[in-house]
Amino acid sequence: MFGAGGGTSSYQEVRETDLILLWGSNARETHPIFFHHVLKAVNNGARLYVVDPRRTSSAQWADGWLGLDVGTDIALSNAMAREIIHQGLHNREFIERATTGFDEYAASVEEWTLERGEEETGVPANLIRDAAHAYARADRAMICWTLGITEHHNAVDNVFSLINLGLLTGHVGRYGSGLNPLRGQNNVQGGGDMGAIPNKLPGFQDIEADHDARARFEQAWGATIPPRYGWHLTQMFQAMERGELRALYVVGENPAQSEADAKHTIHLLESLDHLVVQDIFLTRTAEMADVVLPASASWCEAEGTVTNSERRVQRVRKALDPPGQARDDIEIVCEIARRMGYDMRYESAEDVWNELRSLSPMHAGMTYEKLERLGGIQWPCVDEEDTGSPFLHARLWDEPVSGPRAPFNVVVHDPPVDELDDDFPIRLTTGRRLDSYNTGVQSGGYTSPLRRGETLDLSPEDCERLGLADGEEVLISSRRGSVTAPVRIDASLRPGLAFMTLHFPDQVETNVLTIEATDPKSGTAEFKAAAIRVEKLEVLERRDQPATAAVPAR
Amino acid sequence: MDLRLTSEEPTEAERAAVDGLLGPPRSSWEGGRRGDDSQSALGGHEARGRRHLLLPVLHEVQARVGWISPGALGYICRRLTIPPAEAYGVASFYALFALEPRPATVVHVCTDIACMCRGSGDLVAALEERVGSAGALTEDGSATWLESPCLGLCEQAPAALVTRAGEMSTERSIAPASAADLLRALGGGDAGDTGTIVPQRESDPGSLRLLRRVGVVDPASLESYRNAGGYAALRRALEIGPAGVIREIADSKLLGRGGAAFPTGRKWEAVARNPSRPHLVVCNADESEPGTFKDRVVIENDPFALIEALTIAGLAVGAEHGYIYLRGEYPLAWERLTSAVAQARQWGLLGDDVMGHGVRFDIELRKGAGAYICGEETALFNSIEGLRGEPRNKPPFPVDEGLFGKPTVVNNVESLINVLDIVLEGGEAFAAIGTEQSTGTRLLCLSGCVERPGLYEVPFGVTLGSVLDMAGGVRDGRQLKAILLGGAAGGFVGPDALDLELSFEATRAAGATLGSGVVLVFDEAVDLVPILLRIAAFFRDESCGQCVPCRVGTVRQQEALLRLADGRPRGTVQDELALLGEIAQAMRDASICGLGQTAANAVDTAIRQLHVFQPQGAA
Repeated sequence: MFGAGGGTSSYQEVRETDLILLWGSNARETHPIFFHHVLKAVNNGARLYVVDPRRTSSAQWADGWLGLDVGTDIALSNAMAREIIHQGLHNREFIERATTGFDEYAASVEEWTLERGEEETGVPANLIRDAAHAYARADRAMICWTLGITEHHNAVDNVFSLINLGLLTGHVGRYGSGLNPLRGQNNVQGGGDMGAIPNKLPGFQDIEADHDARARFEQAWGATIPPRYGWHLTQMFQAMERGELRALYVVGENPAQSEADAKHTIHLLESLDHLVVQDIFLTRTAEMADVVLPASASWCEAEGTVTNSERRVQRVRKALDPPGQARDDIEIVCEIARRMGYDMRYESAEDVWNELRSLSPMHAGMTYEKLERLGGIQWPCVDEEDTGSPFLHARLWDEPVSGPRAPFNVVVHDPPVDELDDDFPIRLTTGRRLDSYNTGVQSGGYTSPLRRGETLDLSPEDCERLGLADGEEVLISSRRGSVTAPVRIDASLRPGLAFMTLHFPDQVETNVLTIEATDPKSGTAEFKAAAIRVEKLEVLERRDQPATAAVPAR
Repeated sequence: MDLRLTSEEPTEAERAAVDGLLGPPRSSWEGGRRGDDSQSALGGHEARGRRHLLLPVLHEVQARVGWISPGALGYICRRLTIPPAEAYGVASFYALFALEPRPATVVHVCTDIACMCRGSGDLVAALEERVGSAGALTEDGSATWLESPCLGLCEQAPAALVTRAGEMSTERSIAPASAADLLRALGGGDAGDTGTIVPQRESDPGSLRLLRRVGVVDPASLESYRNAGGYAALRRALEIGPAGVIREIADSKLLGRGGAAFPTGRKWEAVARNPSRPHLVVCNADESEPGTFKDRVVIENDPFALIEALTIAGLAVGAEHGYIYLRGEYPLAWERLTSAVAQARQWGLLGDDVMGHGVRFDIELRKGAGAYICGEETALFNSIEGLRGEPRNKPPFPVDEGLFGKPTVVNNVESLINVLDIVLEGGEAFAAIGTEQSTGTRLLCLSGCVERPGLYEVPFGVTLGSVLDMAGGVRDGRQLKAILLGGAAGGFVGPDALDLELSFEATRAAGATLGSGVVLVFDEAVDLVPILLRIAAFFRDESCGQCVPCRVGTVRQQEALLRLADGRPRGTVQDELALLGEIAQAMRDASICGLGQTAANAVDTAIRQLHVFQPQGAA
């Protein structure tokens, strides 16, 4: 945030903070290692508040669980903000010195009384008040979030709404206080850091705005960089739809099964002129490819670095040669570049790294030797003397503030696109479970005693109303299509709320149900909110309808 | 703490038992009705902070229903935010809790060593004939009987404990028990009663100090206690202040009576000086050492003395909160103590303003549930905290990190009641009694083949023989064969030890111990082999299983003894004795706590000093 895409705090700070507001995250299951740090904090006496529609295993640890309705995060954060402001619990000094846009923000949340917040979110007003007071009054407090915030059609606004709370209370830029998106893989952070996003060069240098940076890269590479943003994933699919994008090179992704509205996605991938997939598994997407480039497993068959959620760059060392024809990713990329007429050559992974250090100021001080010696370094690390930055934005506390001030962003509550009605009365939200990972490409290869396959998790009340027994196969329909899956009665859900995962696409294509309503700024689809209907199969059979047919709905 | 609850639901009775102690559930997530609060929940630190109520709430369910069903356990877990696996680990740790269906009435028949000498075998035989083997149901299915380790009624042996679950649950001891008593109890009839035997009360009341109010005051009446001089010590303690009290205790040279003989004054001072807060005081009344019954006698007859003494301890070390952990098999003591604490509270002797001096102190009572190991101080802490009663590694010692991790004074009952006279008379006067190093008097539990069993009080320094004489010698004029001194964790001495001076220093020099004050007498007619087998079985059952030397060693010890008793040693008898010696050494050297370290003492001393199992020996 504030220009650099990374969490602000260190794990050590998580352990030593006084309050953690875990928002839209079941970290207990989906970020179990990070949650160990949370548990250390809890055992040290820290308060834990969890915001999640489901009463997850993370929520069971919480001092307060705010079970909001799906997609009402902004309503909740605005109500908290109004309460903080009205009780005078906001950090006036910090706001005045280090931020901009407070007055507009304060005016925008004014309508969000606690009562209005309760009405919109379903969370009792007194609990919203308690959480707001506890967060604002804590000496150290941090907000941590994951996909419950970002897998919405207004993902960026959701994030802004949390940043607003941090700015309002001054819980950023100080030891133990911060704003932290949790990363889902060991190197998601590293991907962003290295410029694998359409609008930034490595080191979060803006392609359009930062002319100097672009010039440095052009000089180093001896090539011209188009001075405009590329497409993010969703825009690419839109371009495919328009016929503008005809060839796709997919590295380590399985969009055929991970994208919302899977049927449509597969259709678009099939209609491409050319599809290249580079992966260590023959994924569903790879099966459709014209060319498959077998790659190396980055954690054991390649040299390099990864970057974790606390921005710590760590060395990865090669232990094995890749099997068969599989090759190191750097080698593959260089080879393709050469075949395309650009003589790209690197001696080693360290060679690539040193080039990055010469071009990305935030990585400049991180030599391999130093990474090894210090056991990893948190960016930014600007020169040889620098040992990295445990937390970010300390500058906001400088007197006067060095660098630009942090802006408040007015955000407006905007409910999920897929509305509930009589035909589709149940809110389906999706997520992950402890025992599996995403589409199962990485986790399906080993067994787990916890893994029970895909189910539609429903509240006991809904099951009773629909006359469903535990384990019964049912037809689940959204406005986009239908699938069948067994029901699992889950007392942690309330009536009207259902849960599924994406772990078993070969068994149940959950993304047939989800909606391709994407956030215009981040390109993330609203996986967290679909409207569905659940029906008993035997009833349908009596109507002579094929039980597993997809019902075209658009 | 992930709650993966089973789908079993509690019955109405189980729910009522749990809610009776914990209050009604605050939300559906705690097991209340679903629907009212589907979008919010509290819990966290507050819910987990009630973990220490796990043991009391398990008691409630056991007493109400007679066993703890999966549904009841699941409900308790929801209420206290405890993973079911952990709660099961705790519930299954204690012998008095049943996790399988059990009838409402259970007769626990003591088959431990003191009762063995007094006919428990006949009781068992009678029950086996009339009802069936242990665990068998009576004809109408409403009752059963079980064998039990020592019930602490040794002076009135043989003993039994009758528990009746239900809305109006009852627990009663019977001693001495006849087969007719037990059968009547199994049939739902009156359970009988127990008494108190302090022979010096008749013969020489002037020699009693600690026991001087036993049999004199009405244990149910605070007024009676005050008329007998009660609460004068607390008044004096308030006058001289914490530092004054600790000085007197130090001057008295009082050594702990729990077995380790640690100077009480040093313990108190260490806690008083510890900068970490809050401080806590704990009374260890989990008297479970076979042959020991002194705490029971004191608490049943003079409960206010213990409360007053613990209050003084709290005052001295700056604790506002005290616990008394009473063993679960003492229903009368529990009743008296509960009533006494309530009266003390009512009259301002406990609470926010003790004796009107602005001092805050209160006592919480906790009941054990049949686990000998919980008499070990750190196991006792874990038990109070709602964990399995497994001893902790030391250090850290309780004075630094005790109950709930706070600086804690833990003393046993006898040590504490000495405090009253020390404060009243002064430490120096107290130190004049007894020997140079062992000051004051000692309570001794005489039982077994002795003419007048009972609780005796003697100044340190008298000989073992003179104590035996006080009790009228071996019963029926028979010859003395052996004395188990200090309990099952103590050791055997032979007739040649009658000149042994009873003091910490003399017994230590002789390789013996006074332990918990047990003097269990065996005459010539007693076969020691079954006694040793019973002791070995006791330690095998009571080992918490946490550390290997004890868990494995207690089993191997019993196996070797069984082979020897059967006359089928592996190799020669000498091979087996050598093996027993090695097991004993390994347990002493490497066990975490005193249980394992002493589990071989009785067997070891019987073999080495009484030459049991050796052709030329007594067996």
